[in-house]
Amino acid sequence: MKNVILGMLLIFAVFSTQAQQKKNKNAKYEFEVNGNCEQCQKRIQKAAFSVLGVKSAEWRIDDHILHLVINEEKCSVSDVKKAIAKVGHDTDEVKAEDSVYENLHSCCKYERK
Amino acid sequence: MKKILLLLAGLFSVVTHSQETIQKDSLKTVTVEAKRKGLKKSLSGTANTTVVTSKELLKAACCNLAESFETNPSIDVNFSDALTGTKQIKMLGLTSPYIMITEENVPSVRGASQAYGLSFTPGTWVESIQITKGAGSVVNGYESISGQINTELIKPIKDIPFFLNAYGSTDSRFELNTHFNKKISDYWATSLFVHGNARVAKNDMNDDGFLDNPLGKQVNIANRWQYSNPKTGWVSFLNLRFMKDEKQTGEVNFDPDRDKLTTNYWGSEINTERLDFTSKVGYVFKDMPYQSIGFQNAFSSHNQQSYFGLNQYNIKQQSYYSNLIFNSILSNTMNKFAAGLNFTYDKYAEFVNLTDVGRIDNSAGAFFEYTYDNGDTFSYILGGRFDYHNRLGGFFTPRLHVKYNPWEKAVLRFSAGRGKRAANIFAENQNLFASSRTFQVLDSNGKIYGLDPEIAWNYGLSFTQNFKLFGMNADTTIDFYRTDFQNQAVVDVMNSPQKVLFYNLKGKSYANSLQLDFNLEIIRHLNLRTAYKYYDISTDYLSGSYQRPLQAKHRFFANLEYETHIVEKGKQWKFDYTFNWLGKQQLPYTASNPAQDRFADFSPSFAVMNAQITRTFSSTFEVYIGGENIGNYRQDKAILGANDPFGSNFDTSMVYAPVFGQMYYAGLRFKIK
Repeated sequence: MKNVILGMLLIFAVFSTQAQQKKNKNAKYEFEVNGNCEQCQKRIQKAAFSVLGVKSAEWRIDDHILHLVINEEKCSVSDVKKAIAKVGHDTDEVKAEDSVYENLHSCCKYERK
Repeated sequence: MKKILLLLAGLFSVVTHSQETIQKDSLKTVTVEAKRKGLKKSLSGTANTTVVTSKELLKAACCNLAESFETNPSIDVNFSDALTGTKQIKMLGLTSPYIMITEENVPSVRGASQAYGLSFTPGTWVESIQITKGAGSVVNGYESISGQINTELIKPIKDIPFFLNAYGSTDSRFELNTHFNKKISDYWATSLFVHGNARVAKNDMNDDGFLDNPLGKQVNIANRWQYSNPKTGWVSFLNLRFMKDEKQTGEVNFDPDRDKLTTNYWGSEINTERLDFTSKVGYVFKDMPYQSIGFQNAFSSHNQQSYFGLNQYNIKQQSYYSNLIFNSILSNTMNKFAAGLNFTYDKYAEFVNLTDVGRIDNSAGAFFEYTYDNGDTFSYILGGRFDYHNRLGGFFTPRLHVKYNPWEKAVLRFSAGRGKRAANIFAENQNLFASSRTFQVLDSNGKIYGLDPEIAWNYGLSFTQNFKLFGMNADTTIDFYRTDFQNQAVVDVMNSPQKVLFYNLKGKSYANSLQLDFNLEIIRHLNLRTAYKYYDISTDYLSGSYQRPLQAKHRFFANLEYETHIVEKGKQWKFDYTFNWLGKQQLPYTASNPAQDRFADFSPSFAVMNAQITRTFSSTFEVYIGGENIGNYRQDKAILGANDPFGSNFDTSMVYAPVFGQMYYAGLRFKIK
C-alpha cells in the first residue's frame, strides 16, 4: 500500500512539474555568431552539437546566422552560446576569451564587435 | 522560395541515400558556384556519387537517357546492336540489369523494360542524374548490384513556361520536344511534356542488305503536378505518362504487311506501349525540419509485342510499387535514420514462341538505414533490409558506405553490400532472338524459368584528391570495385554459335574494375577530363573460363570542353570533343561455323570520336551541330550469315563497334522564361 501511494506521488510529482514548465522539445532559435569561413562553420556547429539537447545546428557563412533546434528540457540557448564562445566565437550574450580567439586559424580571425 | 527549396530537399533526402550529396550540392549551387559544372563529385558525400547536371546533358546528341552518358567515364555506353538500335549501358563492366535504375527514386527500368527502357525517357525531360558506384542504398530495394542511377525530371515549380527542342540527323532521325508549364496557384504547378521522334528513311551503309538502324516512331507524353506548401510542410507529386514506341528492322526489302513471319525476307517489329502513374506525398514536420515522412506509389503497365524473323516474343508486365519512408534523427542531426516499408507486385504475361512463361512476383520488405556524419571528416551509412519474395524467399540485404577525409581536399570512400535479383533471361537477352540460336535453359529446379536467383556481393574503394597544377584546378581519382557472384543466371554464347544456354553458375564469376580519372582545367574555360578503365570480368562457362563477351579489357576516355566568355545578352560559343578508345573484346564462339561466317576470338581495338558545337544567341535561343563517330570507324561484318537469314549461322547480336559509321546532327533549343 505504502508503495502504491509512493508511486502515485511520484507520478503526480513528475506530471505537475511538467505541467508547470511546459518546456519545448523542439524550440527554434536564430541568432548571429561571429565568424568567417567554412572552418568556422565546422567549429561552430561542432561546438553546438557538443551540448546535450541540441538537435540541429546550422551556421550559414553568408549571413552568420546560427539556426538552432534544441530540446529545452535538456539545455538552454545560453548553454549553446557558452559552448560556442569556448571555441572562440562571439555571440551577443557571451564573448570568447581573448586567448582562445588569438589561437584561431588566421583565416578564422573575424572582426570582433 | 528558399523555404520551398529546403522543404523539397528535405522531402527528397527521405528518398535516396545519395541524399547527402544532392542536398548539399543543391545548396552549394545556390550560394557559391558562379559557373555550373557539368559533372559534380562531392568531397563531402558519403557514397561515391557523381551528379550529372542538365548542362552536361547538352554536350552530346543526347536524345534519350540511354545516350546521355556519352561524356561520362563512370558509365560505358555500348554500341547499339545491329538490329534494334538501342544502346545498352554498363557500370563496373556489368550490364544494366545489374544496375538499379530509378526515376525520382521509383524503380523504372526493370523487368520487361530492361532492354529498351532507357530509350523511353527523352533527354530534355531530365533535370539531373545521380550515378552511385557500388552497393548503393537499401531504401529503394535489394536488386542493385554494381550501382544505382537515379534520374530527376524537371520539377514543375522550377520549370519555365515553354521549351522547344528540334533535332535532325543524317541517319534520318528527327525529334521534337515541347514542354509547357503553368503555375496554377502559390502551391500548385503543372508541366506537360510532349516528345515525338521518328526515323523515316532506310539506311544500309555497309551494304549487307540489312538496315543499320531501325525505322521507328515514338510518342511520349507526360503530365506532372507538383504541390508544395511551406506553411504546412506538405509536398506532393503526381505523374501520368503514356508512351508508344514502334520499331521495324531487318532486311531492306522487308515489308511487314507482306512478309511478317514468312521466309520471303527477314524482318522484325518491336511495338511497345507503356502507361505509368506515380504519386508521392511527403510531409515535413512542423518545428522539426529534420523529420519527415514520405509515401510513394507507382503503377505501370508495359506491353511489348514483337517478332524477330520467325521468333515471336511478347511480354506484358503490370507492376505496382509502394514505399513508405520515415526520416528522422537520433538526438541530433549528426545521427540520422530512414526507416520504412516496401511492397512490389509484378505480373508478367510472357510468351516465347507462343510458349507461356508468365509468372507473378511479389515481395514485401522493411528497411532501416542509419547515417552518421560528424559534420567534418567522417561519415558512414549503414543500412539493412529484410524482404520476403515469393520466388527469392526471405533474405537480408546489408549495405555499408564509409567516407573519410584524411587531409585537405582528399576523400577516401569504401562500400560493401549484397544484391539479389530474379533474372528475366528472355527480356534481358532478347537481342539474341534475332539470330538462329535456340534458347536452352539447362536447369529446371529453380523458380525463375527454372533458374535460381542471382546473388552478388560488391566491394569498392575510391580515393579522390583535388589539387592545383600550374595554378589551375585539377583532380585525380582512383576507383577499384569488385563484384563476386555467388549465383548467376549465366548467359552462355561461348558454347555453340547455334545455341544460347542459360544455367546456374557452377564455379566462379567475378567482375573487377579499376578506373583512373584525371581532370584538369587547362586554362580558364578549357577543361580536360580523362579516364583509363581496366575490366577483368570472368565467368566459368561449361566450355571453360572466359572474359565476358563484347567487353573491352582496356578503355581510354577523354573529353575536352571549351566555352567562350558569355558576352552581352548571353551570347556564347561552346565546343565539346569526346574520344573513346576500346581495346580488344572477347567475341562469342563461332569457330565451328564455316569460314565466311566466323569471327576471330577477339575484336580489333579501335577509337571513336564525337564532337559538338553550340552557339547560344541569347539566354532563350541556341542552336547546336555535332558529329558522332567522325573518324568513321565501322565494324565491317556486323551480321553473320546475312546472305542466308533463315539458315543456321544467322546472328545479329555480335556488335562490338559502330555499324552505321559517321553521323552528323543539328538541333535548336528555344525557351520562354
